[in-house]
Amino acid sequence: MNDTASGVRSRVSDIRGSWRRWLPWVLVAAVLTYPFWVDVWPISYLTVDALGLTLYVAVLILVYVMLALGLNIVVGYAGLLDLGYVAFFALGAYAVGWFASDRFSGVSFHLASTTSDAIPGIHINFWLVLLIAGVVAAIAGVIIGWPTLRLRGDYLAIVTLGFGEIIPDVFRNADRLAVPGGVEWSLPFITVSYVNLTGGVRGVRALDRPGFGDQLDSVTGGILPERFSGSELRPWYFTILVLVLITIFVIRRLEKSKMGRAWIAVREDEVAASAMGVPLMRTKLWAYGIGAIFGGIVGAYYGSFIGSVFPTSFFFNISILVLCMIIVGGMGNIYGVILGAVVLEYLNFTGLDKIGEGINNGIDLVGIDQSIDIPKYKFLIFGTLLVIMMLTRPEGLIPSARRKAELHEAEEEGPETTYGDLYDARREGA
Amino acid sequence: MTETPVPARVAARRLPPASDVLRWVFGALIVLGLGYWLIGEAIADPQRFLQVSVIGFSNGMIYALVALGYTLVYGIIELINFAHGDNFMLGSFQAQSMFVDGSFQIPLLFGTLAIPLGTAVSLDSSAWQKVYSIAFTIVVAVAFCTAINVTIERIGYKPLRASPRLAALITAIGFSFILQGIGLAWKGPGRVPVPPIIPATPVIEVDGVVYYTVKDLMVLAITIPALLLLTWLVSSTKPGKAMRATAQDRDASAMMGINVDRTISFTFALGGALAGVGGVVYALYIGTTFFQLGFRLGLIAFTAAVLGGIGNLTGAVLGGILLGMIAAYNDGFGDARWTYTVIFTILILILVFRPSGLLGERVPEGQ
Repeated sequence: MNDTASGVRSRVSDIRGSWRRWLPWVLVAAVLTYPFWVDVWPISYLTVDALGLTLYVAVLILVYVMLALGLNIVVGYAGLLDLGYVAFFALGAYAVGWFASDRFSGVSFHLASTTSDAIPGIHINFWLVLLIAGVVAAIAGVIIGWPTLRLRGDYLAIVTLGFGEIIPDVFRNADRLAVPGGVEWSLPFITVSYVNLTGGVRGVRALDRPGFGDQLDSVTGGILPERFSGSELRPWYFTILVLVLITIFVIRRLEKSKMGRAWIAVREDEVAASAMGVPLMRTKLWAYGIGAIFGGIVGAYYGSFIGSVFPTSFFFNISILVLCMIIVGGMGNIYGVILGAVVLEYLNFTGLDKIGEGINNGIDLVGIDQSIDIPKYKFLIFGTLLVIMMLTRPEGLIPSARRKAELHEAEEEGPETTYGDLYDARREGA
Repeated sequence: MTETPVPARVAARRLPPASDVLRWVFGALIVLGLGYWLIGEAIADPQRFLQVSVIGFSNGMIYALVALGYTLVYGIIELINFAHGDNFMLGSFQAQSMFVDGSFQIPLLFGTLAIPLGTAVSLDSSAWQKVYSIAFTIVVAVAFCTAINVTIERIGYKPLRASPRLAALITAIGFSFILQGIGLAWKGPGRVPVPPIIPATPVIEVDGVVYYTVKDLMVLAITIPALLLLTWLVSSTKPGKAMRATAQDRDASAMMGINVDRTISFTFALGGALAGVGGVVYALYIGTTFFQLGFRLGLIAFTAAVLGGIGNLTGAVLGGILLGMIAAYNDGFGDARWTYTVIFTILILILVFRPSGLLGERVPEGQ
């Protein structure tokens, strides 16, 4: 009796084991070859018509995967609730606006750019701009983080929220930015003139597209195109895929490094970590800065992909959406975060519309003359998702073992601690 | 083997650390600069300065009402109730339905349940009709917002009391989104106008320049009694005393026989009631509302609570009024486009330089 049971169990675990072995490879293969079969006729019924999962949507999903991975460093590893991550995303996009467009048409500066030299403005090679965007975001991250990271957890949340909120305002208003020097008006000691840094509500248009130049193009027979085009999305897809893979590689290396272990120590118990010789500020600042770098880089890619940046593209909602992805997927677990980002960005961009369509078609079939506007309830759906996740499975769909143990610590300790430290896991001995 | 104690005089004579001195210098420079600018404007155009001040004061009273809700809840359980601002927004929506449709509305998922109460008013209605309508609206909005706040606490925050703080904070953000979604489904994505009910008839007028209107008076007539009632509730009633005791030491209060769960619910109820009052006053004074109003105004109100010292009720009112005035001065004399940025810069500066706020924070001890 017992033997049979254990035999069945071992066979079940065998099947599950093999499932675990082949599934990742199937997924990797599917993602790598995705652009080649998404449009093929019989499959396109499912992918494009039914699911709405076009290559364009896939690129956006990957953008959010990278954003979520970046924010995961800050929230998932270091445990700093950052509600203004969109600021770095926006900065990255505006970095492309500044360094790779005709925004500053007064000057003409070309650096290994694929854009014709005849076009005025600053045009730096896109791949360099990606790095510049990362640097710009990192500097901003340090400037924001340095004074604020010493604050208590929920104060940090509100300050980062504030930064995330004023960033679109600043970009919107920076079309008339007073700078010292000039003639427009003067105070006793300084003269001031206005510069148009961001184009205000009209934003910056016609951002440069990435490209590899004509030499690489001809050598590789068009596999590395001279300039990416708006109609051919495959190079875009592979670019963001490579960026995501680099991000995953870097994060996996960081996770096990001294810095990564310091982040987790700080997250679990600041006081204990500090007593063990972990420099709190430096550790937190690194987490914040590295998170910002990834946000900036993906922002630059996004700006170039969309082709123009507006202050309205970077509202608070993005910060919360990315946070939702991390929480739903599983804080601190790369695979969980990727899953969360894929599911939520798909639902956000097209999935909910498709579901709404499906429901409305179903209602029509039954013969009820009414329609439901599902996207209108997006806020409601995401909010409910957050609350339900927190109440039932705070560790996310694919949890990291450590995080799970942390979140369920209270349940194991029994009910008498419920009053002890409300909303707080940092128990002090008692 | 005992070490020689350091003489107290040496410790007293030591200079404060350089960072503290820098902080004070920086703070003083900001305050002086602000003062210089405002006095300059006041001398240049005293009439306009007074008008702007009155607008700022009235706005500040509304901020104060919302800020109190944040500060009450933070004082007792150290949670930033992100949903509070959106609760206020729903309060203003309820006021709009009472004034325009004359009905109490319960937003359901795919429709709205309306209970007609005959409270529709317009500018031409009789004075009694207006008083009846506004009073009834306040009662209804208070009940509505209180119910929402208590429900949220029961469903969302109570099961998470023993979880890490991050979990409760994220739940609060989730509820904020849910309430915004309800607002969106209820009144749609556009601005929701509330027709003028209180005329802007001047009360104080000198040489044809209007300084104070009935509208501004209305704000005071509603908020002052509400604040007095709150003070009485918190300082003199049994639940209020239980609340203060729980805020100070939850374990000890539980041992003294205070029902901590009920006290926390009571705190949320008070916060909700203030959000309801705030919503009605906002609808009457500003005359337009919006489903995302709660988010921005909620942040301003939270800034006000932090400015005054979170957990400190007097501080929240002071912070609200100060922020209202600063916002009005920036709108009037500076550049209105930057007002929001200015308010957030204040929040950041305060958190960095004086995190305990102007009057000092009161949060649960032993943290």
